[in-house]
Amino acid sequence: MNSFKERAFKYVFCVLAYCSLLFLLGIVLTLVFNSLQAILNINQLQFFFSDDWAPYFYPPIFGTLQLVISSFMVGAMACLIAVPIAVCTALFLFELASPRARAFLKPFIEILAGLPSIIFGFFAMVVIAPWLQRTFDLPSGLGAFTAAFTLAFLAIPQIVSITEDALSFVPKSFKEASFALGANRWQTLSKVIIPAAGSGISTAIILGASRVIGETMVVVMVAGGATALPESIFSPVRPMTATIASEMGEAAHGSLHFSALFEIGLMLFVITLILNLLATRISKKFRLKLGHGR
Amino acid sequence: MATSTNQSEIKVKVENLNFYYGAVQALKNINIDVYANKVTALIGPSGCGKSTLIRTFNRMCDLVPTKKVDGQILLDGENILEKHTDIVSLRRRVGMVFQKPNPFPKTIFQNIAYGLEIQGIKDKSLLRHKVETSLQKAALWDEVKDRLNQSALGLSGGQQQRLCIARALAIEAEVVLFDEPCASLDPISTAKIEELILELKKNYTIIIVTHNMQQASRVSDYTAFMYLGDLIEFGVTKQIFTLPKHPKTEAYLSGRFG
Amino acid sequence: MQSNVNALKNKIKQNLAFSVLIAALCITLLFLGFMIFFIAKNGIGVISWEFLTQPPRDGMMYGGIAPAIVGSFLLVMGAIVFALPLGVATAIYLQEYSPSNTALRIINLGINNLAGVPSIVFGLFGLAVFVRLFGFGVSVLSGSLTLGILILPAIIAASQEAIMAVPLSFREASLALGATQSQTITRVVVPSAAPGILTGIILAIGRAGGETAPILFTAATFYKRGFPTGPMSEVMALPYHIYALMAEGVNPERQTLIAYGCALVLLALVIIIALSAIIVRNKHRSSYGH
Repeated sequence: MNSFKERAFKYVFCVLAYCSLLFLLGIVLTLVFNSLQAILNINQLQFFFSDDWAPYFYPPIFGTLQLVISSFMVGAMACLIAVPIAVCTALFLFELASPRARAFLKPFIEILAGLPSIIFGFFAMVVIAPWLQRTFDLPSGLGAFTAAFTLAFLAIPQIVSITEDALSFVPKSFKEASFALGANRWQTLSKVIIPAAGSGISTAIILGASRVIGETMVVVMVAGGATALPESIFSPVRPMTATIASEMGEAAHGSLHFSALFEIGLMLFVITLILNLLATRISKKFRLKLGHGR
Repeated sequence: MATSTNQSEIKVKVENLNFYYGAVQALKNINIDVYANKVTALIGPSGCGKSTLIRTFNRMCDLVPTKKVDGQILLDGENILEKHTDIVSLRRRVGMVFQKPNPFPKTIFQNIAYGLEIQGIKDKSLLRHKVETSLQKAALWDEVKDRLNQSALGLSGGQQQRLCIARALAIEAEVVLFDEPCASLDPISTAKIEELILELKKNYTIIIVTHNMQQASRVSDYTAFMYLGDLIEFGVTKQIFTLPKHPKTEAYLSGRFG
Repeated sequence: MQSNVNALKNKIKQNLAFSVLIAALCITLLFLGFMIFFIAKNGIGVISWEFLTQPPRDGMMYGGIAPAIVGSFLLVMGAIVFALPLGVATAIYLQEYSPSNTALRIINLGINNLAGVPSIVFGLFGLAVFVRLFGFGVSVLSGSLTLGILILPAIIAASQEAIMAVPLSFREASLALGATQSQTITRVVVPSAAPGILTGIILAIGRAGGETAPILFTAATFYKRGFPTGPMSEVMALPYHIYALMAEGVNPERQTLIAYGCALVLLALVIIIALSAIIVRNKHRSSYGH
């Protein structure tokens, strides 16, 4: 009787645990299923390699090359801005901040990492875009660079948090050994700690990149929205996420356009999945290397 | 003291017990008779298997996923290593006090009442009565009777350990296992626990693992000396400590290894 | 002499490097601090009792944002009601029932990758499954379920961590007193892990309340007369309302002003929620006696 109850209890938990797993599977299946119409009816060479996206033409044209390029361009620029600032900020927190400053700064950064992206998008629209327009004398403040600049600051607190974790993962004995050999703090940091934490830091960067590429609201609001190939870093662009967000509302459910947007979603999913798997792999190796692996 | 051994009945009988952690054999063909209302001490150097042995008496060893056991442990003549043994009721009969005091982060009252409540006892006055008598038996009542509703984590280490003893007594265990109960305590608390053990054996059968040979000689009636998974010698404590039969026992007691 | 020069060189290098680190910190804090300050400064004038408690009037240009606040509250509560039992149960299964290594690896891999899925993809999933397949339509229910799946990995992770932090000795003590495993879990493990789980829930509330992309096609609407009436009604939501004010409508200036107020309300809520999570966590840190 008793053992029956115990077993039932266990199975309920087991089923619920697999339910959670099912959602990921559900997402994959949903994306694939809803993309089928597009995959079967749109020339896939054209879909991936044409840079012409004209869903309202007759016949409609679905080429996503420029959308993908825009996503990567904005993502890469954002990372170029965010990574040095974030890593240096993390190094400051790890090495220079007094315990009291750390006790204040760490939770503060954590809070910043949780700010909604819509706040960044809004701030970019009212402050960053006009400012960049004036500074660089642009026809419009809305473009790839504005989006990248904003996304960089959205990603910085998150990269800082993960980088700081990776740094504090390095055993204290490394630091002591280096000091004992007469190295100063910067030499210890740059020659011992950073190399030891290197793969941990790259995990942080990859996760930041994945976050930036998957981010929607900022690019919807300030990337400019043009579906042509970008000509300069200030050109208005429309990354994959923005395309889905701004066209899904108008696409008739069940139409080819609807399905094509799901295929973009599938592409986006695959790209971020690859980045995440890469990050997990590196971080596992990192832990093993430093002897914390299980 | 440890005389008149012949009249005592056997409470727990260990027969040909082998225990494996994966491929490692931790206990090798152990045979021990544990007498009712006596204190039996298990001594030996670290890794000798004494903690493993004591954890088989209430099947706490089941928590190790890769374990394998054969042989028999008879509690009142019934083998507790059977597959169908009701582990829950076994653990109610065989209480355990751990190396480090491990009260729950609940009040003193809730800690003692826990074992009763999980049996479905809800009667408040009965619970209160049992909590009081258990605390009295554990010689803790006078120190805590005014703060039963405060967190047990506020007690000193020695008090916490007596609370854990009271917790085991509340479920009316017949056998109480002590796994190095004084390892993390100061000498005064240790003395109190030892005194308590001597008092408790009037009503309970006690098995104690200890690193401290003086402690074994002070509190126990029987002593088992173990080494690398073997039971080297088992007998009346006085005899083991004064006239050990096995050279390894003598070497250990005289401090040549351990 | 040579070694003295070297030491001096190294010292200068160190000072230079450290100045760069300080500069990086300043850039981070100044930018984000300025963003918060700027929104607060421009938003504070808009906020009034009426703004917080009244529905919008005159084509979104006057009145308040109360329906958006209520809508966000409903969406978040629905998401928690859905994700909390599922997340805690998953964490309990993974931590307490020690499934085989393969099962553990598969489930953990799934959860980790679910956490990295872009929020717009959750929106697509919600649209295809809840809105269309299950026929819930654009509604609080569809939005809540979508947001629930989005925060599920975070709740699982927080619960797992909290359960892992419960000392093994608590479980041993309970089992040794004759408790069954389910009694040990419900009476000892989960209560001891509760503050940690609570921290995770609070952070998830902040996350779910701030997300826009997942509710774009599953729950949100720009304008709705009056308050939501039930789980099947469309809702206004704070983050979406900010976006809509900036992207649609006919009076950008007036709408931007309201958006400032809306952004400040959202910002304040998210910061308060995050702060309370930190407070709960710090309180809890000092409470285990081992």
